[in-house]
Amino acid sequence: MVTSPPSVVVVTGVSRYLGARVAARLAADPRIDRVVGLDPHDPPARLHGLLDGVERIRADARAAAEALAGLGAEAVVHLAVTSVPDPAHGGRAGMKEQNVIGTMQVLAAAQGAPKLRKLVVRSSTAAYGASFRDPAVFTEDTEPRAVPRGPFARDILDVEGYVRGFRRRRPEVAATVLRFAPLISSSAETSLTRYFAQPVVPTVLGRDARLQFVHVDDALEVLHRSIVEDHPGTFNVAGSGVLMLSQAVRRAGRIALPLPETGLSTVAALVRRLGVEQIGLDQIDLFVHGRVVDTSRLVREFGFTPRSTATAFEEFIRSHAAGSSLTEDRLAAAERAILDGVRRMRAAADSADSRA
Amino acid sequence: MSQDEFRDMLPGHAEFQLPEPPAPKKMNGRRPVPEKPDEQLAKLEQTAEPEAAAGDVWDRRVAAGLAFLRRRLAGAYEVDEFGFDPELTEAVFHPMLRVLYRDWFRTEVFGIENVPAEGPGLVVGNHSGTLALDALMLTVALRENHPRRRHLRLLGADLVFRVPGMSELARAAGATVACNPDAERLMATDQLVGVFPEGFKGIGKRFSERYKLQRFGRGGFVSAALRTGTPIVPVAIVGAEEIYPILADLKPLARLLGVPYFPVTPTFPWLGPLGLVPLPSKWLIQFCPPIPTAHLTEYADDPLVVYNLADQVRETIQATLHELLQKRPDPFAR
Repeated sequence: MVTSPPSVVVVTGVSRYLGARVAARLAADPRIDRVVGLDPHDPPARLHGLLDGVERIRADARAAAEALAGLGAEAVVHLAVTSVPDPAHGGRAGMKEQNVIGTMQVLAAAQGAPKLRKLVVRSSTAAYGASFRDPAVFTEDTEPRAVPRGPFARDILDVEGYVRGFRRRRPEVAATVLRFAPLISSSAETSLTRYFAQPVVPTVLGRDARLQFVHVDDALEVLHRSIVEDHPGTFNVAGSGVLMLSQAVRRAGRIALPLPETGLSTVAALVRRLGVEQIGLDQIDLFVHGRVVDTSRLVREFGFTPRSTATAFEEFIRSHAAGSSLTEDRLAAAERAILDGVRRMRAAADSADSRA
Repeated sequence: MSQDEFRDMLPGHAEFQLPEPPAPKKMNGRRPVPEKPDEQLAKLEQTAEPEAAAGDVWDRRVAAGLAFLRRRLAGAYEVDEFGFDPELTEAVFHPMLRVLYRDWFRTEVFGIENVPAEGPGLVVGNHSGTLALDALMLTVALRENHPRRRHLRLLGADLVFRVPGMSELARAAGATVACNPDAERLMATDQLVGVFPEGFKGIGKRFSERYKLQRFGRGGFVSAALRTGTPIVPVAIVGAEEIYPILADLKPLARLLGVPYFPVTPTFPWLGPLGLVPLPSKWLIQFCPPIPTAHLTEYADDPLVVYNLADQVRETIQATLHELLQKRPDPFAR
């Protein structure tokens, strides 16, 4: 179902990479008259270029409530959901404030906006929790079996809970929840891309998670379509196929450092002094249980297939080649060298045999 | 001096030809190593390393081994969404299990024609033997004997997936957690699924109760098969009961360790790790005619239909077990 695109779109979280890219793309779309970016923080300098065509309002979530009604917003895109605590913005407390309280206030404001037709909320596949009894592949209808340990995953469950409440109270608004797999691309900086960019990558001993990624460009396409078109419902957004964590580490040419699960975060925090990215409970849950989702609902409804996990990861590797040690070329060279050595040795042994 | 030179020196023996060695043929138990690597390996070799085709057998083997190692280290292999790694299974797990299957247990397979050549199938078997070796042997039996060399995708207890290390081995070998969404997903993608409804009740039972089928749970496997219209193939496995005969079960110790049972066998735990060596019983595996379910799809939620079908499968396996036991009066026969 395709209806007319909304004329006024409010995007939250424009001080971050994804929010800024979405707002820029909406501003470039001629069908949309006005794009307003809401964020309590100023965007960093590198995003300023992107936000040229976007009206920016610097407001925290409470002030945003008044802004939403005053602007006559027809669509709200809620992207101000962070996956890792940012020490510059209050650490974990600030993260929870933004994720949970922020979502609550934005949704409350959206509920009171009379002209609102569309709501798009960024969620994550972390919403499926992590349990040993989980099915291997999650569909949108899978209920989480255990409350996840990770702070981000718990926030995501709260966020989705608020959206459920919103859907009950404003059933005529098309609410889209997009559960993204970890985003990856050549340019985007996320905790996971920083993790794979390290020369030595800590993993969980005895566990090899099944991972899925989604390319940032595909995520943007899905977000854009869900705003200009009408796709109510919850959708998994991920690249098809699976990479094992060990396989991804090897493809990136890095060296895995398996650490025992108990105390992994402590060890990782200590190793962080040596330049290793910090690992939180969210990552540990992901690396112990893995997370694979079914995207057939997305493909059917949006008529769009994100590039596969392997392709997205390939693109990421190419731009982060520096720091890799076990590259494919080096392995192939070593293979040739050993093979030649074995052949020479056998040839020498053969000639010695025939002389005897 | 080489053989050729020596032969030429002998008077009148210049034209003598050594008789051709006999073609390799299948014998009982051991089979000679085929001179020709199988097709799949040859194809992999050619795509990966064209010059490897030159040289003799050992040269090719070394090249194939190195190419395999390089692919593993570079991560250049495919894994499906359940974590199944066909290359690793084929190159590492199955060769090791084949030694147990062929030389240790001298396994014989009957009724392989009852396993569907293509499309989904649900193989339901009796479970026994303390450690789930019967499930692994069943995978090898299908891979070795089925004309299409099908992989069996096992459904395992969640305990298997809780244990670090073991969980990843199980996933790489094609197993997944026994739950209806996974079972239905595998069957919907035309896979052959293997399930042991007795679960721990089957493998943890005493030796005195051998070949007595335990309760089949709630028949969840039947409703998964009904929902996807998958034929059910009952299979009876004889031989696994004797590999680790359980004389006693130390329940308090099991509870302490968080495992369903703690077995005491004639060798375990007395001999320590040596007690893990299975006794060399003779194994027979019989696949029974498939039970079609395509006409029962709408009864997947009907408890009576599900229960009756589960009972039918159970009876079939129990009867076949008795037949097989008559074929094999001595558990440790050749």
